[in-house]
Amino acid sequence: MADAALTTSSSSTARQAQRNRALSLNRLTPYMFMAPAVFIMAIALLYPLGYMVWGSFRDWDPSQTIGEAEFVGLKNYITLWGDPNFRESLWVTLKFAFFVVTFEMVIGVGLALLLDRNIRGMSALRTMFILPMMIAPVVVGLMWRYMYHPTVGTFNRTLDGLGLPTVDWLGQHALMSVIIADIWQWTPFIFILALAALQSLPRSALEAARIDGATAWQQIWYIKLPLMLPVLIVTGLLRLIDAFKVLEVILVMTEGGPGLSTEILALRISRTATEFRELGVAAAMSNYLLLLLLALTMGMFAFTRWQEARAARVRMAAEEDS
Amino acid sequence: MDQAYDKQNPAFYAVIALLVFMSVGPVLLMFVNSFKLDVDIIGGTSGLIFLPTIQNYETALCDILWYEPEHLDFCSLKFGGAFINSLIIALVSTALTLVIGCMAAYALVRFRFMGRDTVSLTTLMVRMVPPAVLLVPVFGLWSNEFCLDRDGLIGGAIRDVFGGRGDVCLAGTHTGIILVYVAMNLPFVIWILQSFIVQVPPSLEEAARVDGAGPFQVFFLVVLPLIKPGLAAAAIFTFRIAWNEYLLASALSDRDTKTVPILIVNNMSEFNVEWGVIMATGMLLAIPPIIFTLFASRQIITGMTAGAVKG
Repeated sequence: MADAALTTSSSSTARQAQRNRALSLNRLTPYMFMAPAVFIMAIALLYPLGYMVWGSFRDWDPSQTIGEAEFVGLKNYITLWGDPNFRESLWVTLKFAFFVVTFEMVIGVGLALLLDRNIRGMSALRTMFILPMMIAPVVVGLMWRYMYHPTVGTFNRTLDGLGLPTVDWLGQHALMSVIIADIWQWTPFIFILALAALQSLPRSALEAARIDGATAWQQIWYIKLPLMLPVLIVTGLLRLIDAFKVLEVILVMTEGGPGLSTEILALRISRTATEFRELGVAAAMSNYLLLLLLALTMGMFAFTRWQEARAARVRMAAEEDS
Repeated sequence: MDQAYDKQNPAFYAVIALLVFMSVGPVLLMFVNSFKLDVDIIGGTSGLIFLPTIQNYETALCDILWYEPEHLDFCSLKFGGAFINSLIIALVSTALTLVIGCMAAYALVRFRFMGRDTVSLTTLMVRMVPPAVLLVPVFGLWSNEFCLDRDGLIGGAIRDVFGGRGDVCLAGTHTGIILVYVAMNLPFVIWILQSFIVQVPPSLEEAARVDGAGPFQVFFLVVLPLIKPGLAAAAIFTFRIAWNEYLLASALSDRDTKTVPILIVNNMSEFNVEWGVIMATGMLLAIPPIIFTLFASRQIITGMTAGAVKG
């Protein structure tokens, strides 16, 4: 594939000249490669984020430009902190993220341990498992809203057919129903990553355990899980960060209701901005969410750094021993 | 494939069958329902005996059909137009993100330059920004600040051609939505591609350079062909996000630039949901990702593991 670039070679003097030119270009090259990305991210990500921080200190209405909006200092942040609706929404978000990640980790890792076998059609199986997470959240929302429908929906019809009492899925148990839908969509993510981690474990350790007569449970508990742990922690953190981004599924299924029972933070931000038309408050709320996610990302970052350092130390020690 | 497969007991296969049913079932249900009339969906007669009809799809796509469906008096759902909008936005933003992203990833992997650490840290950090957080500032900026003055030269020209009052702003244009999507996807694409570029042996690039290839030649003719699997994975993920995204598109689009997810959400929030038509629109929105999944599942899985595990 590299042939096309390798064909140009003539006399050595021409080569020398080209080399000199390349050297002077070298300094600028990385900047030329970076420029488009930096430009786009600066105007469409970093500038908006800065704009948001600035706007969060203002009493800002969608009809005003930000310059016309009145500066109110920390008022938006303080009002929010005292606002029971915001607290409720924050609490719902935390509950949602916690349950979703816990269940997905347990089920996903469990399935990976169960299906880590040499069976026919594994790749077809994996293809079917990743289907849910490729589909648009909006569509996932509508599918589940149909299935949860009190009279027409699949679940209640099945329950009815079996002679069991029907469940008010999106009414009384709205948060649980929303969590189930998210588990359906994202467990495969954990499953795939856990399976990849399992299959890259050192065969020698497992072999040794088997020879020493470890049972299947002992192998899982004392060898596989501890060795997978670093990958699992990163996966869990990634999923946790993503759990705070969920919006469309819930918007389509319940629109945050009934009451505030499923109004996660992302949804509340969008409602504050579009329905209540309080951009300043929405910006302050966005900042709270951003701080939360920033802490999580930092945690993940610190963890991978620590992990790498530890791996390096172990390698060093191994080399010294030999 | 002369690998010996282990024998498993029947209960194991039963579990697998159940799992497949659980993950594919809801999608199949939607597929089946999209071919049913509302009467059949609500009627409660058993699920599989019905007369399949494409009426729902006709209703959904009425604005781009070459004939007028008999059951419709008036084409209220402008789904075809939204579909085309979605396609334009998703394809253009994917292409742009890939080109810009892999150039940046290459620079970050192969060169030592001032500000490299800052850029790479920022990229990692902004990956976690949720679309909901961008909603307020992007809406404000796109409709108030990123504008061309209507009295200015270019703004005036655009306004004369396309009409409209006031200043010419990014909000409501395809360009505006594409810009956000590119920016939103760039950090992820850069991150994922870095792990593929690291694997390209530097000696190959060295050889090309000795033979007189400039940096851009080396990049486009040597490196790019070698990271095709990574590009495929990154393309699928970018397309998926751009194609499925709802929130930012709903804030930025106007009547003519609505994308499919917006249309579906708008129809869902009406009091009387027409399930058949909704399922048909949902199915149409789900088709491109389903096709990707079926034909490129290996790339998707490689991309996922590269993005998460090697980070």
